[in-house]
Amino acid sequence: MKIFGTFVSACALSAAVAFGASAASLKVAYDADPVSLDPHEQLSGGTLQLSHMVYDPLVRWTQDLQFEARLATSWEQVDATTTRFNLRKGVKFHSGNEMTAADVKWTFDRLQSSPDFKGVFNAFESLTVVDDYTIDLKTKEPFPLVLHTVTYIFPMDSKFYSGMDSEGKDKGEIVKHGNSFASRNISGTGPYVVTEREQGVKMEFDRFAGYWDTASKGNVDHITLTPIKEAPTRVAALLSGDVDFAAPIPPTDLARVEADAATNLISMAGTRIITFQMNQNRNEALKNPKVRLAIDYAVNNAGIVDRIMKGFGTTAGQASPAGYLGHDASLAPRYDLDKANALMAEAGYADGFKISMMAPNNRYVNDAKIAQAVASMLSKINITVDLKTMPKAQYWPKFDERAADLMMIGWHSDTEDSANFHQFLSACPNADTGDGQYNSGNYCNAEADKLMAFANGETDAAKRAEALQKLEGILYAEAAFIPLHWQNLAWGVRKGVHAESIVNALNFPYFGDLVVD
Amino acid sequence: MFAYLVKRFFQAIAVMFVISLISFAIQDNLGDPLRELVGQSVSEDVRQQLRDELGLNDSFIKQYGRFAWNALHGDLGISYFFKEPALTVILKKLPATLELVFGATLIIIGLSIPLGVYTAIRPNSLATRVIMGLSIIGISIPVFLTAILMIFLFAVELRMLPSYGRGDLVHLFGYWSTNFGSWDGLKHIFMPSLALASIMLPLFIRLIRSEMMETLESEYVKYAYAKGIAPRRIWFVHALKNTLLPVITVGGVQIGTMVAYTILTETVFQWPGMGFMFLEAVNRVDTPLIVAYLIVVGFIFVVTNTIVDLIYGLVNPTINLARMS
Repeated sequence: MKIFGTFVSACALSAAVAFGASAASLKVAYDADPVSLDPHEQLSGGTLQLSHMVYDPLVRWTQDLQFEARLATSWEQVDATTTRFNLRKGVKFHSGNEMTAADVKWTFDRLQSSPDFKGVFNAFESLTVVDDYTIDLKTKEPFPLVLHTVTYIFPMDSKFYSGMDSEGKDKGEIVKHGNSFASRNISGTGPYVVTEREQGVKMEFDRFAGYWDTASKGNVDHITLTPIKEAPTRVAALLSGDVDFAAPIPPTDLARVEADAATNLISMAGTRIITFQMNQNRNEALKNPKVRLAIDYAVNNAGIVDRIMKGFGTTAGQASPAGYLGHDASLAPRYDLDKANALMAEAGYADGFKISMMAPNNRYVNDAKIAQAVASMLSKINITVDLKTMPKAQYWPKFDERAADLMMIGWHSDTEDSANFHQFLSACPNADTGDGQYNSGNYCNAEADKLMAFANGETDAAKRAEALQKLEGILYAEAAFIPLHWQNLAWGVRKGVHAESIVNALNFPYFGDLVVD
Repeated sequence: MFAYLVKRFFQAIAVMFVISLISFAIQDNLGDPLRELVGQSVSEDVRQQLRDELGLNDSFIKQYGRFAWNALHGDLGISYFFKEPALTVILKKLPATLELVFGATLIIIGLSIPLGVYTAIRPNSLATRVIMGLSIIGISIPVFLTAILMIFLFAVELRMLPSYGRGDLVHLFGYWSTNFGSWDGLKHIFMPSLALASIMLPLFIRLIRSEMMETLESEYVKYAYAKGIAPRRIWFVHALKNTLLPVITVGGVQIGTMVAYTILTETVFQWPGMGFMFLEAVNRVDTPLIVAYLIVVGFIFVVTNTIVDLIYGLVNPTINLARMS
């Protein structure tokens, strides 16, 4: 990281002058650190958390899931497939270069060539530079999620990333495995400059003295990010004052962090849905909607959230969480054992049957315990479950093989839109389009897919909402999958760290705006 | 002596060859590395293309052949996560682990010898009963529990010691930065070392005690008493020296085992050593790193055993290494 050397110390110096007495430093503990400094190498929460520190997006999500102008100051629809964005003027990269439309164009082209991100940008035709501070974003078809997708455009410093590195390789190259310039060097427009990084040990950030957002009240001028893998150690580090901000906080420690005189707990309903899928191709009985409904009626969502999750989740009857267009408040979670038994009898399975079930044991909060609870709940309607739980590294290959009748999967919509859930989890599996890539249940309903296709091409929000809610209604009526709950999010902070306003359901804390006493 | 070392060298190579073959054979059961390399919504086509680039679709023979050829040239592959040669990653993490093992060894030596000797010469005192009782508890509590209990006691409740990590380090040379150069570093290494030592300490106290009790019964000790030599000199010079041979044998093997126990200790304390790195590599299916770690640990075992054999000769000159070879 020598390349930062001089200009980092200059930044540190001016930051100290600019912030004076109110400046604060913050120690953050996450369960993992970002895999790379390259924002386009892996589409993951860690990468995006880093992007929000070192870069700025054109627009970003607010806490109530609205759009906030960042590097784009305004936007307008020019025609059915074109949106024009006006860019902020006078924005400097950490290298000192000024951000212009050319950087945005360069970033967009790079996103379209990234294996991880090109799927997100599938609907886009091109980005054209109108002038230094204006761009036109063109989609192939009318597309409702232009702004949703633009939250992924974090303009990169095209001059910094252009040319050849010392080994004669292109500095802008995206390398998924192995060394690259972009995975070790970083220059964005964001509030923080990376000053030191030892992968898996710690990252150091200094506030960028030339940060454009002078209206931001954020006063943290230095951040140390340490990954602490073990949850008890992470909580202990927070309680002992060794760190100021820790996430995630496991359900068992929520009460403790809340009760401690020195710490505060911030929690929020999340948007990651936890479900079980029922494989109709493996098990004949699961083809029958009555059997699927019976299973749904037999699973006590509220009991799982209450006992296993210690209240740290929101019971779900559908995939879309509240706040999403497709969320229909009338689709409540179902639990009624008598009805479940009656449905089993109606379907001709009063004596029950045997099924296999698989779940990971280190992927979602309390995943293995949830699977055990569901297995014992199903025994009440005479379904005998053969349950296997395993670490995620072994689970995903099994999931790809569709190796069990019931398989657990959690999903967070990359677009923060309802259609994404159906596209990956319950659409008719189609190897060509990639639809239903995670549909291990092989559920397939042509009408539902039609509604999704309509929603993906309709730009009128009201019409989309209607279609997406109708779609959720179909999945609910046919029990396409067993929704359990949306996992909550929790952050633990030292008292005096006012993080309530900078966290969000996407789990991208906006540290640039953090105020610390 | 020289012949002995040469023989050991070839043994080491054979051991590492077998380890590499085994670890290579099991890697398909560890999971799919692609899952950890790409996001959840990346299509199967793209995954397949990356698998081709990584050579994961080649046959076992081809993959192993490529690995063995590179390994002979000192290249154990590139870690998927760290994006650096696996051997470099391990060498960077090695000092942290060695210091932890060293710290634990100091604690073990510092406590087990006086406690072992004391419980041998005062077998019926109250203190002996307490020490032996505690050592039973120590041996039966798993290390991660000991570690977490210690963190909550010393870091959260008493706020005497830091809860995680290595703290301020003093750079020595190359990849080696030490905890033993500053007060902060010492504070950070104390708890992890103690946790690691807690597994082996009871064993050594008991071993020294039983060996010592046996020696104290021997004729030459009785003779020394009769001759009027000060008891202190008899215990610590005449008797202790003769109890050490089996202790060194066990110690050599156990130090190797301790490297394995660092996996748990380092994970709990977020200690950036190679044990923690290994567990993470397993979670991330970072197969090049897993294979390299197993080979390096195998090498460490061979080296420690060789050193133990050499020390034998120093402690007991009647053992002839040349004959052992």
